[in-house]
Amino acid sequence: MDDVILMQNVWKAYPNGVMALNGIDLSVKQGEFVYIVGPSGAGKSTFIKMIFRELKPTRGKIFINNKNIANLRDRQVPYFRRKIGVVFQDFRLLPKLTVYENVAFALEVIEEHPRQIKRRVMEVLDLVGLKHKLRSFPDQLSGGEQQRVSIARSICNRPPVLIADEPTGNLDPETSWQIMDVFRRINEQGTTVVMATHNRDIVNKIRHRVLALEGGMIVRDQQEGDYGYED
Amino acid sequence: MCAISRKVTTAMKIRTLRRHVNESFKSLGRNGWMTFASVSAVTVSLVLVGLFLMVMFNLNKIAGDIESDVEVRVYLDQSMTQAQQDALQRDLKEVKNVQSVRFQSKKEGLDSLMESLGNDRQSFSDLKKENPLPNAFILKTNKPEQTIAVAKAVKSLPDVTDVRYGKGTVEKLFRFINIARNVGIILIIGLLFTSVFLIANTIKLTIVARRREIEIMKLVGATNAFVRWPYFIEGLVMGVLGSIIPVVLVMVVYRFAYYNLGGNLQQMFIRLIPYHIMTTNLSLLLVGIGGLIGVWGSMSSVRKFLKI
Repeated sequence: MDDVILMQNVWKAYPNGVMALNGIDLSVKQGEFVYIVGPSGAGKSTFIKMIFRELKPTRGKIFINNKNIANLRDRQVPYFRRKIGVVFQDFRLLPKLTVYENVAFALEVIEEHPRQIKRRVMEVLDLVGLKHKLRSFPDQLSGGEQQRVSIARSICNRPPVLIADEPTGNLDPETSWQIMDVFRRINEQGTTVVMATHNRDIVNKIRHRVLALEGGMIVRDQQEGDYGYED
Repeated sequence: MCAISRKVTTAMKIRTLRRHVNESFKSLGRNGWMTFASVSAVTVSLVLVGLFLMVMFNLNKIAGDIESDVEVRVYLDQSMTQAQQDALQRDLKEVKNVQSVRFQSKKEGLDSLMESLGNDRQSFSDLKKENPLPNAFILKTNKPEQTIAVAKAVKSLPDVTDVRYGKGTVEKLFRFINIARNVGIILIIGLLFTSVFLIANTIKLTIVARRREIEIMKLVGATNAFVRWPYFIEGLVMGVLGSIIPVVLVMVVYRFAYYNLGGNLQQMFIRLIPYHIMTTNLSLLLVGIGGLIGVWGSMSSVRKFLKI
C-alpha cells in the first residue's frame, strides 16, 4: 500500500441534514499532485477538511499514510496533524509576529528543539524564496509573499501531504504563478499536494490529475486533466 | 522522513514551561483592568470566606470543648452512710461507657458554684451557713453522645436522688452553629461563583484576542494541553493574587481577636484556637480556594475554544 490518501465509501452529513459527501472512493499515491475542482457547494471544502481531520466522516474510512483517521481519538489528532501541511486562501498568519517567528511558531508549539527550529525555518524560507524578508511583519508583505510564508509554515514539519484550499484565491494571476512554482518545488521533493482551486488558467496550464466534485460525488477523475468549467 | 519530529516526552520541558509562564503574564498585563476586576472579586469573596471560617472554626472548637466537658452529676441521698457511698461508687464504675467517677462533697460543690457565680456571689453568702447542696458523684463518659444513656442507667441505681447532665446548652449552641453555617455557606457559594464567573470572563477575553493563535496552534498540531497551559497559569495567578489581602487580613484580625478577646473569653472557660495554628491553616486554605477558583474559571472558558 503506497497510497498516501485512501478514501473508502466516505459519506458526510451535516447536523442540519445537508449531505456534503456522498460515497467518495479515492486513492492518491505518494508524490502525486491533485487538483480538486467543482462548482461552489460541491463539497470541496468538506473534502479538504476531512483530510486533515477538522471533520469526521459520517461513514466510511479515510486512510492517511495507511492510518484510518476516521476513528482517530481526539487526543491523537495533534500528532496526526503534524504530518499534514495545510494552506488556506487567507494565509492565517499572526500579524504581531515576523516572518521568521510565524514559521518558527509552528515548530515551537510542537516543542521542537530551538536549534532544530532555527535550521529548519531558514531552510523552508529559502525554499519559498523569502530568506531576505525574515524580519518583516505580514502587513509589510504582498499577498503572494504572505502566502509563501504560510506555505513555509505548512511544510516546516516535513509533512508527506500538503493540502491547499484555494491558495491562489486572493492573489493576482502573476503572483498565483509564483505560488504554483513553490508548490512544484515542494511536490518535486516528494510531497503529495492536494489543491482545491477555482483557477482555470492554472489547472489548464500546469497539467496534473484533476478530481471534479459535484453534489458530493467524484464525477471526473482524470490524469493530466483540464479544468472543465466555464466560471 | 520526519527527522525533526522526535518522540513525545511526557514531562514538560523547561523552556516550554518558561514560554507558558511568559505567555500568561503577557496576557495578564494586556488585560490589566479585567485582571484587576477579577482579582478584586476573588479578594472580596475570600475576605468573607476567611472571616466566616475564622468564626466557624472557633465556634466548632468551643462546641466541641463544651460537649466533651459534659458530665453526669449523680446527687446522693443526704442520709447515706459511707459504706453505702462506697458501694454506689463501685456500682457506678460498673455502668457501661463510664470513664471516670469522682466524688464531690457538698462543700466542694458549693465552692465551685460560688466561683461560677462571680460577682453575684455576695447575695448568696447565706448559703454558706447552711449548705443545701447534696454530695455528688461526677461521671465522665467515654464519648459525649453516651451521656444520655449513662444518665438513664444511673438513675435506676439505689440511693440516687437525682441525675443531671448539661443538656440544653450544648444543643442550643449546636443549633446556632448550624444556622450560622448554612447562611454563611449559601452566601459564600454565591460569592465564589461570582468570582469564578468573572475570572472565566477575563480569560475568555484573552482567548478571543488570541483566537487566531489557538486556531493556528491546533492546525500545526499543538496538543490541547499545550494550548491550555498559559490559561491555566493565568487563572491560577489571578486566584492566588486574590488571596493575598484576605490572608493578611485574617492574620491581623485574628491577632487582634486572639490577644484581646481571647483573655476575656478564657475567664469564661472558652479557649480560642491558638493563633499560629489558625492562621497557618486558614492561610493555606484561602490560597488553595483562590487558586482553585482561578483555575476553574479559566479552564471552563478554554474548553469551548479547543474544539477546532
